[in-house]
Amino acid sequence: MPDPDADFDVGYVAQLCRLELTADETVQFQAQLSGVIEYMKKIDQLDLSGIEATAHAVPAFDVYREDEPGPSLTVEEVLRNAPQKSQNQFAVTKVVE
Amino acid sequence: MDLAKLTMMELRGVLRKGKATSVDVVEAIRDAVAERDPRVGGYIGLDFETALAEARTADAKLPMGGIPVAIKDLINVNGQPCSCGSRMLAGTYRSPYDATVIRKLREAGAIPLGRTNMDEFAMGSSTENSGIQLTRNPWDLDRSPGGSSGGAAAVVAADMALASLGSDTGGSIRQPASFCGVVGLKPTYGRVSRYGVVAFASSLDQIGPITKTVEDAALLLGVIAGEDPKDSTTLRAPVPDYVKGLGADLKGMRVGLPKEYFIGGTAPGVRAAVDAGIRKLEELGAELVEVSLPHTEPAVAVYYILATAEASANLARFDGVRYGHRAENVNDLAEHYRKSRSEGFGAEVKRRIILGTYVLSSGYHDQYYTRAQQVRTLIRRDFEEVFAKVDIIASPASPTTAFRIGELANDPLHMYLADVFTIAANLGGICGLSIPCGFSESMPVGMQLLGPALGEGAILKAAHAYEKATEWHKQRPNP
Repeated sequence: MPDPDADFDVGYVAQLCRLELTADETVQFQAQLSGVIEYMKKIDQLDLSGIEATAHAVPAFDVYREDEPGPSLTVEEVLRNAPQKSQNQFAVTKVVE
Repeated sequence: MDLAKLTMMELRGVLRKGKATSVDVVEAIRDAVAERDPRVGGYIGLDFETALAEARTADAKLPMGGIPVAIKDLINVNGQPCSCGSRMLAGTYRSPYDATVIRKLREAGAIPLGRTNMDEFAMGSSTENSGIQLTRNPWDLDRSPGGSSGGAAAVVAADMALASLGSDTGGSIRQPASFCGVVGLKPTYGRVSRYGVVAFASSLDQIGPITKTVEDAALLLGVIAGEDPKDSTTLRAPVPDYVKGLGADLKGMRVGLPKEYFIGGTAPGVRAAVDAGIRKLEELGAELVEVSLPHTEPAVAVYYILATAEASANLARFDGVRYGHRAENVNDLAEHYRKSRSEGFGAEVKRRIILGTYVLSSGYHDQYYTRAQQVRTLIRRDFEEVFAKVDIIASPASPTTAFRIGELANDPLHMYLADVFTIAANLGGICGLSIPCGFSESMPVGMQLLGPALGEGAILKAAHAYEKATEWHKQRPNP
């Protein structure tokens, strides 16, 4: 099992979740979150063999509705909050040359 | 008569007798806000014009006809801003539709009025993580109102709203209700639809009422509860008339006192007020039973693993494309994402996204996320075993009264540990409320009552009997 103290690198994880930290944030978050991760290790001590995982407290599986189209937002309504749009579509920063 | 100071039930009577109109109520709230909100800072948006237009056509015969309700800023109300207390959305986003709870409020005749301040994306316990403004506790302006529904609790306590809707992922309704001396109820997971509510941790979030009295909480819960085809996690169970269920004495009710919730670490003044509250329940006919919730201690760790993991996934939608802040002068898509997100999110949201990404990342997933879900099973079982023996559980809502502003701002772990009494209810999916039960050094103390899944009727009944026998809920701050 990896040792979180040794392995938690805030800069690396920030990159995974598309965040860019300032130098100050990097130092501060590294210290603060290392403390939180240390606390999370409390659950390491429990014997959990044979215990099932709970994803939702009140499980509701396979909830379907009839496959019938209903009223939905118009294209104009959907695009109203878009920071940039073009030709009735969301405008995205260029991804190909 | 100051209409803003009434309870919803009192106001309903006034409106139905024609002694005042809904327009008068909206104007009374406007006056109350003008007088007190410059000091409290509970609202981050108020559209009186729209509310007045709706008030003019209000039908007092409906269950909440003509009654305005303040809305936490993560619930979509058609045409209104919805910023979640974040610079990511503030100033740019307007809701294109109503959340289901808003549709239900409107069908009951109520008027959504005002956006209440909150910790950014509901992440926090003091509302200091709002990217918009500071909210102060109406009982002491140097203190926090609690969080994350701090604005929602403060505006009710300060008579700037009749009632409000908050959200509770780990205590965000109950703890601010406790800090501000009002009633706050977190319903059973699935009791209330989350359609149109910006998600924080989808397996834990619930919407619930913050009110001046238990009867008002029962009224508002009855209006917003119920199955919703637009939220597949909602329960099919019918919605009882919660108001009709109030009023009886507590004879035969068994109240569990978890020994793990009474072992020190709670401020002496809080402990004294809650102990007195529990004795009052006994006087009213309840039988007290010592019970055990053995997995109370790991619950905080489990909560911060699961809630941050879910948050890191939910907040991935903020990509600067469909809505929200978009960074300028970027060279490629990766930079677009990084800059838009880093400029839009505040520190606590970044910390939690990082934490959640870490516990889900390759090599750590099993150690943290899977194990936390296994402990969650044990926490659920603890509650199932206890509720086989008792009807409800009583405890403090929070180990302390309201924090001083700034006290815990740079100490996230301590802030997280303060949620110890409230988070297990979210992990177990059960219901809970906080009710005013006294004061410690002039600050309100809340007693928490927890009930089993769909046990809202039992906790409301106990809280109502308690409220009728005490005067705490009648005390109001003077901010």
